[in-house]
Amino acid sequence: MRKILFFLTFALMVLGTWMTLFYAPTEVVMGHVQRIFYFHMGTVWAATVAFTVVFVASIYYLAKETAKWDTLAYCSAEIGMLLLTLTIITGSIWAKPVWGTWWTWDPQLTTTFILWVLYAVYLVLRSGAGGRGKKARYSAIFAIIAFVDLPVVYVSARIKRGISPVVFGPGGGGIDPAMMHTLLVVLLGFTLLFLLLLGERIRIMNMENALYARAGRGG
Amino acid sequence: MKKIILIFRKDFLVEWRSKQIFPTMFVFSLLLILVFNVAFEFRSDVDLRTVSAVVWITFIFSGLLALGRSFSLEKENNAFAFLLLTPVSKSYIYLGKLLSNVVMVLVSELFILPLFLLFFLFDAKGIPLSLTGSVLPFLGVMVLGTIGFVALGTFFSSMAINTKLRDMMLPLLVFPLIIPVVITSVGICSAILEGRPPDYYAFSLQVLVSFDIIFVLLCSVLFEYLIEDSGD
Repeated sequence: MRKILFFLTFALMVLGTWMTLFYAPTEVVMGHVQRIFYFHMGTVWAATVAFTVVFVASIYYLAKETAKWDTLAYCSAEIGMLLLTLTIITGSIWAKPVWGTWWTWDPQLTTTFILWVLYAVYLVLRSGAGGRGKKARYSAIFAIIAFVDLPVVYVSARIKRGISPVVFGPGGGGIDPAMMHTLLVVLLGFTLLFLLLLGERIRIMNMENALYARAGRGG
Repeated sequence: MKKIILIFRKDFLVEWRSKQIFPTMFVFSLLLILVFNVAFEFRSDVDLRTVSAVVWITFIFSGLLALGRSFSLEKENNAFAFLLLTPVSKSYIYLGKLLSNVVMVLVSELFILPLFLLFFLFDAKGIPLSLTGSVLPFLGVMVLGTIGFVALGTFFSSMAINTKLRDMMLPLLVFPLIIPVVITSVGICSAILEGRPPDYYAFSLQVLVSFDIIFVLLCSVLFEYLIEDSGD
């Protein structure tokens, strides 16, 4: 199962990279720079999946208080943090030639930034909470509040109008079929990459815990 | 409801007699005002947006500093463990504490507010200071914004006190979450000071009220999970 997932992810990522570079047509206004958009979307999508997993796992943890939900939430948050950092970096590279600036406080960027800070705090809270049960409980509670907070942040940041492109919502322009194919392949690739990393991270976490348990027993 | 009032009364009286939140907030606010004045070199050409921002930064910083203490008192003599022994659900304990904290922080803010008039707005001419036009709406926003950040501040101060990092953890947890309160409160207050019609900030007001409702409810539900029966 692990092997199949690994090869599938590998194949899709290679295919996605090829499609991004060669298959997708060059965007008329922005030129080749626009190609980074596919990976930008890929990382932000996978990060969204990751943080949704954190939210759901946190609710399950509070309801059931079993360690596996806490492990799932923590591992997912870590990978989400990585993906979100990549999102911000790729977005910045894209924004510089297109908007003429590395960063601007538009609603989507503000919300992304706050999301990043919230999960940075989540990781700090885990390292500074104390015992394992307390750590799991506190971080689960924080994750739930943070997840509920985000839409409110987005709405309040929209009070000032923004410039990030809205691709699929009302007002979003049409998209070339070849671009759409590329985007879908990349999105699927990043989703599988997330699942692969999550599986591996949980495996490592369980090994760590087993090791600590054995060390504890052995004295 | 009666239970909430009882907890409120207890906390408020303890606070009123020991006087922890009030002087901490007041002195800290004075210092902040001093620092802002020195840093910005406020002259007669005050920008009303900046003044509103300074007002709210002062309220939130000094408020959180004071809230950091609100659960440490319960820790002493294990008072909180005894509070949990009473046949009152934890949500009510949270709501009672929230109410007393909101009242205390608001009282402190009311004392600080004239200082802003004195230091920042005394020679700003042309600000339409009428009772119904600007003073009452301003106070209303003050109440709503305070409920917003004290709701999360009260909740997380009971969490932070039990972590290894203690007081350092509270601002870290609360600041990113209360961004909507900051954006809307500062926006509405500057709009009021500039004498704009209510339509101009109606949307911000809706967001602020929704924030208050969402997080007071969410925190009171999650408080059941936050507090273990041992009082930790």
